[in-house]
Amino acid sequence: MTTTTERPGVVEEAPPTTTIYRRPKSTEGFWGWVTTTDHKKIGIMYGYAAFFFFIVGGVEALLLRIHLASANSEFLTAGAYNALFSMHGATMIFLFVMPASAAFVNYLLPLMIGARDVAFPRLNALSWWAFLFGGIFMYSALFFGTGLAPTGVENVVGNLAEGGRPGGLNFLADMPDGGWFLYQPNAGPDFSPGTGIDFALLGIQILGVASLVAAVNFIVTIFNFRAKGMRLLRMPVFVWMTMVTQFLLLFSLPIIAIALFMATFDRNFGAMFFDATGGGDPILWQHLFWLFGHPEVYILVLPAMGMVSEVLPVFSRKPLFGYSAVIFAGAAIGFLGFGVWAHHMFATGISPVAQAAFGLSTMTIAIPTGIKIFNWMGTMWMGKLRFSTPLLFAIGFVAMFVIGGLSGVTHSIVPSDWQQTDTYYIVAHFHYVLFGGSVFGLFAGIYYWFPKISGRMLGEGLGKVHFWLMFIGFNLTFGPMHWLGLQGMVRRTWKYDPATGLEPWNIAVTVGAFIIALSIAVFIYNWWSSRRRGAPSGLDPWDARTVEWTVPNPTPVYNFATTPVITRLDDFWHRKYTTDDEGRAVRRPEADQMIADLEYDGRNPKTEIHLPAPSYFPLLLASGMPFIGWGIIWHTTTWGLGMVVLGVLLIVSGGIGWALEPLEEAHEEDHPHDEADEDEETHETEGASDVGRASESADTTEPVETS
Amino acid sequence: MRRSRLSAVGGAGLLALILSGCQLADIDSPMTIFEPAGPFAQRLDDLFWMVFWIATVIFVLVQGGLIITMVLFRDRPGRREPKQIHGNAKLEVVWTIIPAVILAVVAVPTVSAVFDLTECADDAMTVEVIGHQWWFEYRYPEQGGFTTANTMVIPTGVEVCATMTSEDVLHNFWVPALNGKRYLVPGQTTVLRLQADTDGEYWGQCAEFCGLSHSLMRARVRSVPQPEFDAWAARQNEPAPVPEEGTPEYEGYQVYAQNCTQCHTVDFADNDAGISDNILEEPVFNGPDLTHFADEYRTTFAGSALPEADETYDEALKRWIENPPNVKPGSFMPDLGLTEDEIDAVIAWLKTNK
Repeated sequence: MTTTTERPGVVEEAPPTTTIYRRPKSTEGFWGWVTTTDHKKIGIMYGYAAFFFFIVGGVEALLLRIHLASANSEFLTAGAYNALFSMHGATMIFLFVMPASAAFVNYLLPLMIGARDVAFPRLNALSWWAFLFGGIFMYSALFFGTGLAPTGVENVVGNLAEGGRPGGLNFLADMPDGGWFLYQPNAGPDFSPGTGIDFALLGIQILGVASLVAAVNFIVTIFNFRAKGMRLLRMPVFVWMTMVTQFLLLFSLPIIAIALFMATFDRNFGAMFFDATGGGDPILWQHLFWLFGHPEVYILVLPAMGMVSEVLPVFSRKPLFGYSAVIFAGAAIGFLGFGVWAHHMFATGISPVAQAAFGLSTMTIAIPTGIKIFNWMGTMWMGKLRFSTPLLFAIGFVAMFVIGGLSGVTHSIVPSDWQQTDTYYIVAHFHYVLFGGSVFGLFAGIYYWFPKISGRMLGEGLGKVHFWLMFIGFNLTFGPMHWLGLQGMVRRTWKYDPATGLEPWNIAVTVGAFIIALSIAVFIYNWWSSRRRGAPSGLDPWDARTVEWTVPNPTPVYNFATTPVITRLDDFWHRKYTTDDEGRAVRRPEADQMIADLEYDGRNPKTEIHLPAPSYFPLLLASGMPFIGWGIIWHTTTWGLGMVVLGVLLIVSGGIGWALEPLEEAHEEDHPHDEADEDEETHETEGASDVGRASESADTTEPVETS
Repeated sequence: MRRSRLSAVGGAGLLALILSGCQLADIDSPMTIFEPAGPFAQRLDDLFWMVFWIATVIFVLVQGGLIITMVLFRDRPGRREPKQIHGNAKLEVVWTIIPAVILAVVAVPTVSAVFDLTECADDAMTVEVIGHQWWFEYRYPEQGGFTTANTMVIPTGVEVCATMTSEDVLHNFWVPALNGKRYLVPGQTTVLRLQADTDGEYWGQCAEFCGLSHSLMRARVRSVPQPEFDAWAARQNEPAPVPEEGTPEYEGYQVYAQNCTQCHTVDFADNDAGISDNILEEPVFNGPDLTHFADEYRTTFAGSALPEADETYDEALKRWIENPPNVKPGSFMPDLGLTEDEIDAVIAWLKTNK
């Protein structure tokens, strides 16, 4: 065994001798990233990919907005317009906000609970690769798909091919064009005879695999990998919101998986689940879709709520107001989220009893949401507010989410919703929730935790420019949309009548969208320059409260040189601060020395730390998925069937290799446990351990992971 | 100094923006939800404003509280470390119960409106609405069963029960001045109550994404006094005249007979005119019934997308017949390659179908 100088204290694994499969050794460079099972590297890759798709979805939005700036615009063809709004939605939801949250969870979850990695590191890598291949698969429609009727193929439905006139960026119409909601039967075989929709159906299916394995992984991690003393009610709120989110994913993804399979069979194998002419029910699709789709909304926003709940206390220099109330409110939102799906369907003609029931259940969601808002305000009240960029974004989140929440309550007034649904009012509402909410929250998180991945600070000046541009641009974009909707501008509208007089408002919206784009350009520049030249952050740049800040920045590969022992909520804060008679925070005299020690000890582990070894197999396994997808789309051709065979071979060989590959090579048991494990009392977290221990009991972990 | 000047400029700009916004907000679109013309839309409007004012009060309180918090507790030199307050059980209870009470208050009129507006009154007049890609068809079973398209004519002050279904995909019938939205679902029947208490023409639009030309699937509802409605309905049951040979209208009639009868229907006075209607008899291919295409209330065509504001009826009709998919992408009506003369003739003939 050798120890490299770049990664002090990390024991490099010896090449395997027990299996026929060669194990990747490199943890640096290209192959280091490709074969990594390190949650931090996976998180960073997740983050960059999500940001890439954010740009893609943003460019799509800008094209839509250029088009809509004039009423009878011919800038885009109808086919291109429909494909763009469909892919903008699908991209922002499945390829940006979800993986961006996954990036944060990946990176931060083990750090926040005092672990060295997630429970199943290779499953984590599989999640990342499945996500990447799912995204690539979906966008491969641009090259291989036919959004409209294939040219030269006679179809019974209209002159679809003629709808795809030349010019107007019509090549974009090859992408899925049924909306991210893929309502049947419009997205069915008769009315969307091209292959575009299949790329969405199967792409989301692959992305679902990514989220599902990650959900299992994170849930197991939270329940089993907490450090000593990290009781459930000592966990940071971000971890709690992550847990709620992962349970939502666990329960909602199977529903959409089934719906997607049904639609795939409708389109490719002649099933008629949603075809009324064959006895199917188009409304069934909506029930299945929104039974997934509404929890999905909370999947998108709860992690951001968690981040804001971390940022506000730090910059207010006060603990989170009503910690347990915030957690239970989050959990309540998660539970209620499964009972409100039909509020997307108030106009479909479902029974009045159902409408009333779902209206009432939707109203009740406002209660836990209100609790969160008030608790966040309570956190800031009487605080000492440092208006650094993370706080600006966090307050932006709260302010914008209030607007989105209030307009959300207006949807629960069912009859009022009959006017609002399917108009730009809804577009305004959910952008206030998902952009004003999730995206502002994500940026709060990015500015706050940037030092953890880089050891540097993101530029504060540019950060503030970014915030204000985005805040102004956001409100200019989505504020007028409320009015547009109430003035009768419907959603997904390629053209609107100039006689509506809505053009000036649409121009304002388009200007706002470009201001947002400008703010993102500022952010990209800030990121790029801060990665190189940002001010060094030190260990604790924000005077933070939680345990992820007790390790040096950037985070060492092993996370914790010594696994921490947690004695209370906001453990790190209490190690730095005590309170005086009035209850005001007083810095302990030994705090600075403690931080210096943490910095030194964090870089110089006293014991050998065993980390999960890299592996090729998650990548190999994931790479088979898109081939099966392409094969299903072209299942009537020989080479389509060949692709299915290739996909299955990749998955099976990846699976076998994975099963036979030990998580870690066996190593002698003669070295002592980390000191922290020796004499501390054990809590209810008896099963919890760091990866070092998990690796020693690899025999028990392994079957679970490979089953 | 610089700062105050900057904020003055910014403030003036903001004020100008708000003022111009208010000016714009004075102009209502024909599709606005704020000008209800009947009891059902009025009920929705009342609910909207009730919630709007409650939401506005909450908005002002919360955002005001946020701003006050930010101003009062910003970090200033000399500010002491804050007290480490972990929460307050009483406050938690208060801000759980107050929203619950507000919502309970709002829930009562909501639920009662849902049940009141769901089913048509027994004496309501039925109009069948059938959705097509991309136009609305109307049938009047109580007035003799005639069929029309795009413009639904209704008697003022009378409740109309729209019983709706779709021939192809999901559509959503929405005339904001008369009521909210209701889907048209293939294989199912949905019901929407409509009533206008003042005469007028109300704009409508398909609100559910229904394929390529969803945005051009529009509609009108024309509300006229009962006697005029009765006269109109009587006319609708009349057949169309067969034009005399040698007239330009006859030319157009011939063009129609040769090119259009696969999908379109005209009920002629003389059924020996030698034209069989709608020979394909495939519902999905059904085009609008043209028997009363140029009816005085039917001022629009092509799914009420034409004519546009800046063109005449004839110009728009010509543009439409020349190349329908060019106006309405994906249109089932193909480019038939008619000559200009043929198009003029067809238009001349169509305008005799009053």
